[in-house]
Amino acid sequence: MARIIVITSGKGGVGKTTTAAALAMGLAQQGHRTAVIDFDVGLRNLDLIMGCERRVVYDFVNVINQEANLNQALIRDKRCDSLYVLPASQTRDKEALTKEGVGRVLEELSQGFDYIVCDSPAGIEHGANMAMYFADDAIVVTNPEVSSVRDSDRMLGILSSKSRRAETNAEPIREYLLLTRYDPLRVQNGDMLSVRDVQEILSLDLLGVVPESKAVLNASNSGVPVILDRESDAGQAYGDAVGRYLGEDVPHRFLEVQKKGFFSRLFGG
Amino acid sequence: MGLLDLFRASRARGSATVAKERLQILVAHDRAERGRPSYLPKLQREIIEVIRKYVEIDMNAVSVNYEQEDTHEILELNIILPETARHRA
Repeated sequence: MARIIVITSGKGGVGKTTTAAALAMGLAQQGHRTAVIDFDVGLRNLDLIMGCERRVVYDFVNVINQEANLNQALIRDKRCDSLYVLPASQTRDKEALTKEGVGRVLEELSQGFDYIVCDSPAGIEHGANMAMYFADDAIVVTNPEVSSVRDSDRMLGILSSKSRRAETNAEPIREYLLLTRYDPLRVQNGDMLSVRDVQEILSLDLLGVVPESKAVLNASNSGVPVILDRESDAGQAYGDAVGRYLGEDVPHRFLEVQKKGFFSRLFGG
Repeated sequence: MGLLDLFRASRARGSATVAKERLQILVAHDRAERGRPSYLPKLQREIIEVIRKYVEIDMNAVSVNYEQEDTHEILELNIILPETARHRA
């Protein structure tokens, strides 16, 4: 049986797809058979971030409608054998994701995979509800910014009332906070909410803090999940977060302002 | 970092403090709202209407509080009658 992880946030543009791609790649690199599914029907983007946009033939909605089987629709990642991508449909509307259909696909995937990562669309509408409904774990991606924190709290309310686990009175979804676009310098200057502030407000387990990083745009430009950029701060932060998710005790990094040496001051870095 | 930034950094409160305070209030309010049954505002309106048949009261004179505890829910009604209640009828 696979563990189903939803990457959610409520607010758009906070880094859900970046996180879904990085986390899925990280889990797969550790040898876990992992599938990552794009739930953003009509506005698919995960394929772009994963760099497999030209290999999409069938999509999630085709599988739900039984126009294609899973093996035809799943795209195997070229960099990592245990990673598969199930792209969203670009042309259908989001109502195409029926609860029965999504449930059936997840059930079938569960037979062959260890982890299923569900990349939720923004908002609290149908697609977002379908992405989180079957989840065992939720990673709430949040920026240290008021509207994002508020929306995250809203998502937590929905996770605890409208998910399958809530409806069947099963053990609640495990919820984790992933703080992204963190800028320690601005936090130090008092212009940005700190990790501790956000944790205090949301009271969630902290899975990781990903610093604001040029590497994220570079990664999406080239269709390479940022976790593969091991030189970069964001890549390392995602690597740490995967370790923590898998139960390793990894200390948090990138929370403090990095002291710049003389040369990096001189040449920029 | 310029000289100006040094002064800025030494400010007692940055905007983050304001953000945190606003969020704490907002989130507490949202959470309280979340657990409440959706009929409460209507209930409050109708209670006011009924009381107004007999006593002239203000819109704010009736407060409806809802609290959820482990095993039970508490619906608390608080009605403030004016000191010199003018009876109707």
